[in-house]
Amino acid sequence: MKSGDLGELAVRNLRESFLRNSLTTLGVAVGIASLVAMLSLGVGLQELASKRLSQSGLFDTVVVMTRSNLRGFGRPPRGDSSPKQPSPPLDPAAREEMEKLPNVVEVYPQIRFLTEVRYADAPYSAMVAGVPDSARSSGAFDGMQGRFFSSATADEAILQIEFAKDLSSQPSTLLGKELDLRYAERQALAPQAGADNRPGTNRNPAGSGFSIVPRQRKLRIVGIVETEPAAGFGGFGSGRLLIPLQVAEALRAAQTNDLRDIVRGTGGESTYASLTVRVSKPSQVEAIETAIKNMGFSTFSLLDATRNLRIFFAVFDLLLAIFGSLALAVATLGIINTLVMAILERRREIGILKALGAADRDVKQLFFVEAGVMGLLGGFLGVGFGWLIGQAVTFGTNVYLKQQNLPPAHVFSVPWWLIVGAIGFGVMVSLAAGLYPASRAARLNPVEALRYE
Amino acid sequence: MTATTPNGIAVRAANVSRHYQMGSALIRAVDDISLEIRCGEFLALLGSSGSGKSTLLNMMAGLDRPTSGDIFAEGRNLREMTPLELARYRREAVGMVFQSFNLLPRMTLEENVELPLRLAEVDRSERAGRVREALEHVRLEKRLAHRPSELSGGEQQRAALARALVNRPKLLFADEPTGNLDSATGEEIMRLLAEIQRSLGMTIVMVTHERPLADRFASRIAALADGKLASDGAKAEVLRSSDVHRSEVQR
Repeated sequence: MKSGDLGELAVRNLRESFLRNSLTTLGVAVGIASLVAMLSLGVGLQELASKRLSQSGLFDTVVVMTRSNLRGFGRPPRGDSSPKQPSPPLDPAAREEMEKLPNVVEVYPQIRFLTEVRYADAPYSAMVAGVPDSARSSGAFDGMQGRFFSSATADEAILQIEFAKDLSSQPSTLLGKELDLRYAERQALAPQAGADNRPGTNRNPAGSGFSIVPRQRKLRIVGIVETEPAAGFGGFGSGRLLIPLQVAEALRAAQTNDLRDIVRGTGGESTYASLTVRVSKPSQVEAIETAIKNMGFSTFSLLDATRNLRIFFAVFDLLLAIFGSLALAVATLGIINTLVMAILERRREIGILKALGAADRDVKQLFFVEAGVMGLLGGFLGVGFGWLIGQAVTFGTNVYLKQQNLPPAHVFSVPWWLIVGAIGFGVMVSLAAGLYPASRAARLNPVEALRYE
Repeated sequence: MTATTPNGIAVRAANVSRHYQMGSALIRAVDDISLEIRCGEFLALLGSSGSGKSTLLNMMAGLDRPTSGDIFAEGRNLREMTPLELARYRREAVGMVFQSFNLLPRMTLEENVELPLRLAEVDRSERAGRVREALEHVRLEKRLAHRPSELSGGEQQRAALARALVNRPKLLFADEPTGNLDSATGEEIMRLLAEIQRSLGMTIVMVTHERPLADRFASRIAALADGKLASDGAKAEVLRSSDVHRSEVQR
C-alpha cells in the first residue's frame, strides 16, 4: 500500500476508537512530558550553575603570583613546588606582556588595603578593594541596590551590605551620600644617583624605598550589594568597600606586600602582590596558565572544579532521564494494550483486508503507522505539557525566591535538541510498542479471521 | 513442478486435500479433489454444510493452502507461491463475495469499493472513475456516501460485488452470496452475477447449498459431500446425483 493511503487508513482507524486512542496518546504525552520536564530541569539547572559560576569568575580566571622562595605565606600552589629560579618581578611590564597573550580579556592587579573610612564623623575600619570595570557586565552585581560605578575613574563607592549596616541602620538611605576614605599613600623616594628606576630593571636594593603620606579622598556611595559578589578567588570578594580599580590604582595606597618589596629590594618600584588574568573561555585557561608559567610566574586556577561539575551534571541528567522515562515506560504498555485490543476488535477487518489482497506487510505497516501516529501526537503534546510544567515550576521557584529576597532564576531550559529528541523518542518508543501487536495482526489467518464475529 | 494451466482452464485443482487436526481427530475437510474450471464458466459448488465446498473455494482463492495436492491458477501453482505472491494473486486476479457481505462498517460505500484499489496501489486520479464504474455495474452509483448500515442486505451484497469487481479480476469467487438474503433479493443477486459473467466474460465459482439457484444460474455444478467430489458435470447429471445426495442426507 502507498504511504499516503496507509497514513489515511491509520488516522481513520485511530479516529474510530477516538476515546481509547486519545487516552493512549495522552499516556504517551504524559510520559514525554515527564521526560521533557526532568531533562529541562537538568539542563536549566546546569545552565544556571554554569552562569552563576562564570559570573563568579572562578573558572575563567588565572591568578598569577611570583614564585616565592619563602615558605609558608605566599607559597606556590600544589603541583608547582619544584625549586625554580626566582620569578621576574610582577610589575606593569609583566602585566602588559600577559595582556598580549591570545584569549586574555584583561589583566588586573588585586588591590586591597585595610584602611579607615569616615562617615558622619565616625571612623570605621574597612577592607577596600578595587573592582575592574568588566565586573559591570559579568553579572556579579546583578540585583544590587543603586547602580554600578558611572565610569572606571569615578570617585564612587559600592558598599557591601554588612558594612552599609554598620554605617546606617537604614542602608538604602546611604545612596548618594559621601564618605571619606583615609589611606596611606606610598610615595617613592628619589633614587640614588646611577640607579635606573625603570620597572624591572632596577635590582639594586641599596638606598631605594618609599615614604608613607596620609591622604583623604571623598567618595560618593552609588550602590549597595546585597550578596557579596564573589568575583574570583583573590578578587574583590572580601572587600567591604568597593571602588573602581583604576581609582584604587591611582591612590597608590600602601599595601601589605610593600614592606616585603622593601625587604626583597625591588627598588621602590611598585610591584603587584598578584594579578588576575581573565580568559575569554574556561577552555582556554589551561593554555594561558602554561604560557604564564613559562614567563616564570606561578599560577592558580580552578580548572579541575569545572571538570567535576560537568561529570556531576552528566550523572544528574542521566538520573533525571531515567525517572522521566518511567512514565514513558507505562505509556508504552498503554500503547501495546490499545493495539492488542484493536487487533481483537478488528480481527474480522484484518481478515477482510487480507481477502482483498492485503499482504502481511500491509497489515503490519497499518498497525505500525497507527502506533507511530499516536507516538507523534503524544510527542508533540508531551513537549507542550513539559514546557508548561517548566513554566509552572519556574513561576513557583521565582515566587519562592522572591519571598527569600533572592533574584529570580531560570531553572528550566527547553533547548531545541530536547524538543526534537523528545518527539523522536516518543515515535520510536511507540513504534517499538507497536512491534508485537503489528506482527501479531499480520500473522492472523484470514480464513479464521473472517469467521470471527 | 512447472505450474501452467492449459489454455481455456482458469483454475485447476489436482488431488487437493485439506486436513485439520482437532485434538486427536483428523478432519478431512477436503479430501483428494481434482477439478478443472474453464475460463468464462459459472461453476456452482453445491453441497450441504461441512461438505468442504467453502474450504475448496478458499484454497482456490488463495486464502488457504492445501495440505496436499496442487491448485493452478494464472499459470502458477498456488501452493508454491510465497505469502506475498499469494496476496498479489488475491489482489489482482481474484474477486471475492461472502455470505455476510464483509463490508467495513466504518467506511462509506465508495471507500469500501476503493479499498482493493488502495491495496493494489492504483493511482488516486484513476480510482474515483473505477469505483463509479463498479458501482454502476451493480446499480448503486447513487449511494456513494452511505455507510453499509444504511443499506439493505441486498444493497450491501451488491456493494460487496462492486468491491470484488473494481480491480477487474478474471476470477470471481462467491461464498454463499445469497445465504443472508431473502429469496427475491437472492435471486436479484444471482441475476446480477450471471449478467456480470456474461458482460465481462468472467469465470465465476459460487459456493451454495441452494440447488434451485445453482440450477437456474450456473453453467456447471460440482457437488461435494464429506470433502469429496460427489459429482461434476452437466446440470442434468448433477440433478441425479444431488437426488442421491439428498436421499443420503435424508437417510
